Amino acid sequence: MIPFRVSVHIVPRKGLLDPQGKAVADALHTLGFGAVRDVHVGRHLVIETTAADAVAAEAAVREMCARLLANPVTEDFAIAGVAAA
Amino acid sequence: MKFGVVSFPGSNCDDDAVFAATETLGQSAVKLWHKAHDLEGCDVIMLPGGFSYGDYLRAGAIARFSPIMREVAAHAERGGPVIGICNGFQIACEAGLLPGALMRNAGLQFLSMPVTIRVEQAGTRWTSLCREGQCLTMPIAHGEGRYTVDAATLERVEGEGLVVFRYVDATGEATEAANVNGSLDNIAGVRNTAGNVVGLMPHPERALDPLLGSADGRVLFESVLAAVHA
Repeated sequence: MIPFRVSVHIVPRKGLLDPQGKAVADALHTLGFGAVRDVHVGRHLVIETTAADAVAAEAAVREMCARLLANPVTEDFAIAGVAAA
Repeated sequence: MKFGVVSFPGSNCDDDAVFAATETLGQSAVKLWHKAHDLEGCDVIMLPGGFSYGDYLRAGAIARFSPIMREVAAHAERGGPVIGICNGFQIACEAGLLPGALMRNAGLQFLSMPVTIRVEQAGTRWTSLCREGQCLTMPIAHGEGRYTVDAATLERVEGEGLVVFRYVDATGEATEAANVNGSLDNIAGVRNTAGNVVGLMPHPERALDPLLGSADGRVLFESVLAAVHA
């Protein structure tokens, strides 16, 4: 088995009210970043694991997201990177 | 009748829940540690408020994998009464015992205040002594209480009458101003299809005595007692 570092982005589902993102966007506007259209605040997780290959490592993390790391009702997740550790 | 209150690491309303069962109802109650594997013959299970596992990841997300939750799910499956209060509601949703999820309050602030909720369903084990339309005052204390479901599930939740409580104003109207945390359709509490599992964000176990501001929470516990004896 090969060690991998898999990183995942988890963000509020598109279309759901994201008050945290809106508060950050408002603050950026106040600072003069008027071009900011929207902000989404989520989580970034780095999972150190072992797998036979990168495909298997990603598949395992996808299952972890579906079962625990992301809430299927309110959140979307995306694998941000799979790297040999 | 024997009540079981599940204590997770970070639960902080478990003593209040035990008090509701023992001092208010005169029944017996035990705390069930989250690592336990049996319900010690309890007839009714309560998932109390608090911050189980520090609300790490998401409120309730990790608590649902506690060993005792497998037994709680089996109890619910058999038709046994279960109530999830505040963090317990979040856990019940994460565990799939109830539809939906609880997100950060729309105003981002932690809200600790009395609210008025309207009973929408008297057909559950926990509202059997209520009258539909009855208004109850009890406290809330949460940062993540905004009830959310996807559009298709919302249609089912509303269509099948799974909404048990809504936030309302003093006149019983479900207004936007009364919807303090921004929940979909002012939803404060829901039930499962069978009506034995109910979850709500407000705290009935903190509204048992007029001395503490309200005794409106008693009817939920009296309801389950009546329903189990029926």
